[in-house]
Amino acid sequence: MRKHLTQGFLAAATLAVGLSAQAIDITGAGATFPYPIYAKWAEAYKAKTGVGMNYQSIGSGGGIAQIKAKTVDFGASDMPLKPEDLQAAGLMQFPAIIGGVVPIVNVEGIAPGAMKLTGPVLADIYLGKIKSWNDKAITGLNPGLKLPADPITVVRRSDGSGTSFIWTDYLSKVSPEWKTKVGANTAVAWPEGVGGKGNEGVAAYVQRIKGSIGYVEYAYAKRNKMTYTQVQNRDGQFVAPDDDTFQAAAAYADWKGAPGFYQILTDQPGKASWPITGASFILMHAKQDKPQNAAEVLRFFDWALKNGQKMATELDYVPMPDAVIKVVADAWKAQIKDGAGKAVWN
Amino acid sequence: MTATAGTASLPMSAAANAERPERAPRPPAPRKGAAPWQDLLFERTTMFFALLVLFMLVGILGALAWTSVPAFQKFGFGFFVTNVWNPVTMDFGAVAPIYGTLVTSAIALVIGVPVSFGIAIFLTEMCPSALKRPLGTAVELLAAIPSIIYGMWGLFVFAPVFGDYIQPLLTRAFGDLWILGPLFRGAPNGIGVLSAGVILSIMVIPFIASVMRDVFEIVPPVLKESAYGIGATTWEVVWNVVLPYTRVGVIGGIMLGLGRALGETMAVTFVIGNAYRISASLFEPGNSIASALANEFNEAADPVHRASLIALGLVLFLLTFVVLACSRMLLAQLAKGEGRTT
Amino acid sequence: MTLIYRKRLFVNRMNLVMSLLTMGFGMSFLLWILWVLFANGFSALSPTLFTQMTPPPGSAGGLANAIYGSVIIVLVATFISTPIGILAGIYLAEYGKDGLVANLTRFINDILLSAPSIVIGLFVYTVYVMQVGHFSGWAGSFALALIAIPVVVRTTENMLHLVPASLREAAVALGAPMWKVILMVTLKAVRGGVITGVLLAVARMSGETAPLLFTALNNQFWSGDMNAPMANLPVVIFQFAMSPFEDWKSLAWAAALLITLTVLLINIAARTLFRQAAAGR
Repeated sequence: MRKHLTQGFLAAATLAVGLSAQAIDITGAGATFPYPIYAKWAEAYKAKTGVGMNYQSIGSGGGIAQIKAKTVDFGASDMPLKPEDLQAAGLMQFPAIIGGVVPIVNVEGIAPGAMKLTGPVLADIYLGKIKSWNDKAITGLNPGLKLPADPITVVRRSDGSGTSFIWTDYLSKVSPEWKTKVGANTAVAWPEGVGGKGNEGVAAYVQRIKGSIGYVEYAYAKRNKMTYTQVQNRDGQFVAPDDDTFQAAAAYADWKGAPGFYQILTDQPGKASWPITGASFILMHAKQDKPQNAAEVLRFFDWALKNGQKMATELDYVPMPDAVIKVVADAWKAQIKDGAGKAVWN
Repeated sequence: MTATAGTASLPMSAAANAERPERAPRPPAPRKGAAPWQDLLFERTTMFFALLVLFMLVGILGALAWTSVPAFQKFGFGFFVTNVWNPVTMDFGAVAPIYGTLVTSAIALVIGVPVSFGIAIFLTEMCPSALKRPLGTAVELLAAIPSIIYGMWGLFVFAPVFGDYIQPLLTRAFGDLWILGPLFRGAPNGIGVLSAGVILSIMVIPFIASVMRDVFEIVPPVLKESAYGIGATTWEVVWNVVLPYTRVGVIGGIMLGLGRALGETMAVTFVIGNAYRISASLFEPGNSIASALANEFNEAADPVHRASLIALGLVLFLLTFVVLACSRMLLAQLAKGEGRTT
Repeated sequence: MTLIYRKRLFVNRMNLVMSLLTMGFGMSFLLWILWVLFANGFSALSPTLFTQMTPPPGSAGGLANAIYGSVIIVLVATFISTPIGILAGIYLAEYGKDGLVANLTRFINDILLSAPSIVIGLFVYTVYVMQVGHFSGWAGSFALALIAIPVVVRTTENMLHLVPASLREAAVALGAPMWKVILMVTLKAVRGGVITGVLLAVARMSGETAPLLFTALNNQFWSGDMNAPMANLPVVIFQFAMSPFEDWKSLAWAAALLITLTVLLINIAARTLFRQAAAGR
């Protein structure tokens, strides 16, 4: 008996040494929106375990293409794939990080957080129907503010991005006219405005152009101390963007009930919810040809979701709530299997 | 390096070189037995690599044409004349980027050519000889700066200054004129087609100026001295003697600058405003082919979107091709006029 | 002083003043840009740039992997493009001369010289990256080589034209076969100029961003494997400059400063070499 145990122990030890000696590096590709936090997590994870996670931020479209072609271990997309698309491609997806998009303005005399806007008003501005700052629609919402008669310059993104997807999805939800005329996507045919390259480009344009309005990720607005506005959420409350309101919106998502975690967090109910919130998703194959790599990916995200929350908040993202992490882990167990049908995660 | 450098010819072969002044005379055929098959191998090898260059172009055109077929299948010739760019409904038409590319390059040349001309005159005629080399290097330094720096500088430093000071000046000066007026009206926010054109002109100045300077310097002093001898002023010498003598090289330099301006990506994409629009005013945002490609290519997952972008790339390449072919024809006409060819 | 004389003098003076002003115009923009570059990038210059990897935001780091990757990609591209360019240039100057093939190749070479670099990047993406299925350092080198080859061809041909006929004739008269004449006499005579051409091509390649965007991409960690995405300076600048994080932005400016200084040094070296070679002949 002891001999068998010793043999077994030696075998297991050799296997363990052999496995860790390989130190597989994992690769991912996709969305630019979460790139900073994935890079941060990767660095910390490598310091802790020696496993390198190389993430290429080539855009959500590129990420989807690469994971479908199986040239990376996971893909990342700001736009969740619909359940039928997931099934057709044999993928599963789960959310990894949450962020918010905030409108920013450059109007004389308006302080950050002072202006109140609603979804329909934002849509009309971006459709070009509201053309000046002292339009009745805006002054009606802001009786205490002195708004000039200057024309509104609309600033939006020139490149395709998840930030644009979250923004246009929100506008589509609150304005039927936007939905039919323009729609929601990472890149759309904007009816109005100038296109800035990247969040930084939009921020720079808004800072230059007097009387302009734009939208950026929360990190940009906060770090560049830009003039953000309050937005009215579904429950009729005017909320300001910050970690609490993003988390409130995320808490309302029905992660458990949504097949493929297909949840778009814009226009969520809840008194404290920020209406323009979004999650970024990870895509992996349901049937794994390389179960070892898949296991490494899941180990990475398990560590990151549980231990990387402080890093995420420092970079102005919103980490997934603990309750969701459990649901996600269950999904891993249930959906990602190796060639023999055995679950990769346990 | 220009194509007009004449061969340094010794007096005894001057007569021979007078007929074909630009080519090295063919050396006599080697004696049989002096390694003929090695020579053949060498000649064929070099020919292979020269043909490789040829096939590179064919390959590029072919690959781009092949992958852009889905776009032409869907839109046909209308791709070149419709002004729409909708990634949601998958409807694409290339007019706005093509227009933007042409207009920004035109602005770049309108500003860049006279300025380069002035710089070349300064460096060859007016500059004290101790300063010639350093100032010449300084001009070439402009070309050494990576184009992404031009973009960053353009957006963060140049655009505010342009919008706050120069654009209102232009509106006040020209805004009310009958023909030029509409070009200069609009919101002075420092971004748009004109801004992009100005930054492009700064980028092409070193190319055109250094080519012009090089060709101005090899004008035979005899010609200039003869003109000075009969009492011409410096300007008259430059305009009536130097420029006509060097016009082949000058045109070559301008074409080099134009080719650079057409293809420039980074500097333009930061400040052009990226709006798929054609407006009368130069202050309005527009789009150029290169910046559309840089912006959208990585995110474009849909095959039709991708194909449309590659079709845009093909159009840009063909534009450069046409520009160069025209300049070649122009140069051939000039050479004919001078009697150097028939 | 007659009226015509005064007018001519006036025109002369005015145009010379304009010429001076244009020089000032050009110089002031140069100084402006360089000032911005130095002001933003100098503070980030330190030895750690060369020893630490590109960091995620909030951590200290350097540009070591990007510098190494750029050097490797440009070196490989130089190794690919130099022989092809020189041999093609030799053909155009020595064998083809005025024939149809040579004239056509010269024309096409000029087109490729002015080809937009982003189109070259697209081409390499469609024929290489898409077929192989992933980004790689090889693809990046391939794209840069396509940009460099026309430069080398042009300068080699121009240099070979400058060799006097007597040199060639002397070598042939001594009984050397053509290939020896070309390689060991003619080319050797202008090797300074040819190296100048190669250096100019290297300078051109070092600053290109657009072709690398679609081919070599970037890598956060140390990347020695050419068959995988490789870190490189231009794409790092592109990604870091457009971020809201101050440490990333200062690294972007430092990288920009590095590239500018390198390109400048290469240009100066090329010019000095050329003048030495021209003077020595």
